[in-house]
Amino acid sequence: MRFREVFRFAFAGLRANKLRSALTTLGILIGVGAVILLVAVGKGSGAQVQANIDKLGTNLLEVSRQAGGFGARASRNTGTQSSVSALTLADAQALVDPVNAPDVLDEAPVVTASPTATYDGATHQIAQLVGTYPAYLTATNWQIAEGSAITDDDVSQARKVIVIGQTVATDLFGTADPVGQQVMINSVPYTVEGTLQAKGSSGLQDADDFAIAPLTTVQDSLSGFGSLSQIVVQAKSASATTAAQDEITSILTSRHHLSATASPDFRVLNQQSLLATSSSTTHTFTVLLGAVAAISLLVGGIGITNIMLVTVTERTREIGIRKALGAPRAAILGQFLVEAVMLSLIGGALGVAAGLIGTRFTVAGVKPVIVPASIALAFAVSALIGLFFGSFPANRAAKLHPIQALRHE
Amino acid sequence: MGTQRPVIELTDIRKTYGMDGNAVHALRGVSLTVPTGDYVAIMGASGSGKSTLMNIIGCLDVPTTGRYLLDDVEVEHLSDRQLALVRNRKIGFVFQSFNLLPRTTALDNVELPLIYAGVGTAERRKRARAALELVGLSERMNHKPQELSGGQQQRVAVARALVTAPSLILADEPTGNLDSTSSSDVMALFDRLHRAGRTIVLITHEHDIAEHAERAIRLMDGQIVSDERNGERGWISEQHTVRHAR
Repeated sequence: MRFREVFRFAFAGLRANKLRSALTTLGILIGVGAVILLVAVGKGSGAQVQANIDKLGTNLLEVSRQAGGFGARASRNTGTQSSVSALTLADAQALVDPVNAPDVLDEAPVVTASPTATYDGATHQIAQLVGTYPAYLTATNWQIAEGSAITDDDVSQARKVIVIGQTVATDLFGTADPVGQQVMINSVPYTVEGTLQAKGSSGLQDADDFAIAPLTTVQDSLSGFGSLSQIVVQAKSASATTAAQDEITSILTSRHHLSATASPDFRVLNQQSLLATSSSTTHTFTVLLGAVAAISLLVGGIGITNIMLVTVTERTREIGIRKALGAPRAAILGQFLVEAVMLSLIGGALGVAAGLIGTRFTVAGVKPVIVPASIALAFAVSALIGLFFGSFPANRAAKLHPIQALRHE
Repeated sequence: MGTQRPVIELTDIRKTYGMDGNAVHALRGVSLTVPTGDYVAIMGASGSGKSTLMNIIGCLDVPTTGRYLLDDVEVEHLSDRQLALVRNRKIGFVFQSFNLLPRTTALDNVELPLIYAGVGTAERRKRARAALELVGLSERMNHKPQELSGGQQQRVAVARALVTAPSLILADEPTGNLDSTSSSDVMALFDRLHRAGRTIVLITHEHDIAEHAERAIRLMDGQIVSDERNGERGWISEQHTVRHAR
């Protein structure tokens, strides 16, 4: 008995009940397609988070005040009142220290405001105006689209210049070139020096509803000369961020006269650790999606068992005839097993196709990224499912007694 | 006839179903020799054990005790796989309800035992065509069972039984589901096969069907009660194989 004949019988068996075969195949198709698509979505969202963090700058550390520090201050008996909780310009400058902070490349003090900009009748509330040093741009990965960035000279002279993000530019100037124009920021005239390249939205915020001006200018006209909102620190490399974080913590702890046990009144945010956290989150997310898809694949497999059991019962008489004519047990087993495997393989192949087509679309705002291993795995698993879930009904068919099978009506 | 090599040699065959307490003795010691070329009708009322005997002769079942030589092969202790092989090579079945595969052409149905015998495609096709020609169905080779009359279906089944050139053709009530015209067609076919030298065993409860055979064996309560040969002067008892009831 040749293998070709086994295939011919199995194929004829499947063709005898096309609708049923198609529906069973559909179960596997959905399972395999879901595995490929959902794993790709998980991977895609991971890649998206990674890209967002890359946009912010991977060498970046942000030092900000922490509200929790107020409670800790009561236990402190040393230090001057003025420098206890505020982040000062002196704090910022102390962070660039080749001896105590060898991993810090540069720093930029930051004050923020949310002023209203007006130009030729158009008004726009800038979500975030940052007053800072030129180093801010490299640390946070901003590129200049047109014109030029702010300079150290601008800072020292407190020039009223501004570099605006794309959203601000479009709102105020439309298609016109904003470089060199005068805008009113809270009624103070500023000259637009340049525009920033678009970063797109990250999450809910529009990263481009943004503007940068010299620190001194913003303090002069908008925020006043109080505490800094933030100090942005650029580490020497992405791998040096953790070391830089420790150095910053120790410098600021001693500058703020904090005891080792007291909770600090500042917080150092490390983009790299944020990246690690979010990538482990998206990994969990991917695994979860994969598990859900795997369950649907399992359900498809049970569908195969179910339908093959029905088939075997329905075709008991046929099995009896074949056995009476001399079909050995192995031939019957092979026929029904091949039927089950064909169902699952056809379903698997169509599922791969469906999954690949599905990943061409954006799913819930995520551009799926195909994981080749998931395709191989899903396809292999579908073949194994055919073997595994088909073996029980096929074995039942092979074990039928010819006399009883022939008598079956 | 009596000098021919036997195809079937049954010695004290017993078959018991069930356990000690409520055991059913379907066969209680059947001994029977069927020589090559013989044309035997096994008769008996339902419950006489003729179906059990037919299953054992057809290697679909094994006896509880006793010895069965089929074409010089001892079959009573063969495994399932070996029994399948014996069924395939040595026995051609014809069933009361035809038992053709549905949705499968006459030609494919006739080819089926050859497939399990491992015969190549071209050879298979040739032999199946020849068998269908022999039963007079060369015009209907590509018809499916549901497109054929009962008589035609049974002739396809006979062709299927013939195609492997088995030592024995075993027919279980072959005319049970047929009208009288189709019955005589099918019986004429068996008569023709007998004249061509085939060994045929018919299981039947109809006397006019048994009349076609050369020899009639009657079963009652699991034992042979008469064994007669259809001679020129009517039925003559074959004393040496008879076992009397009780």
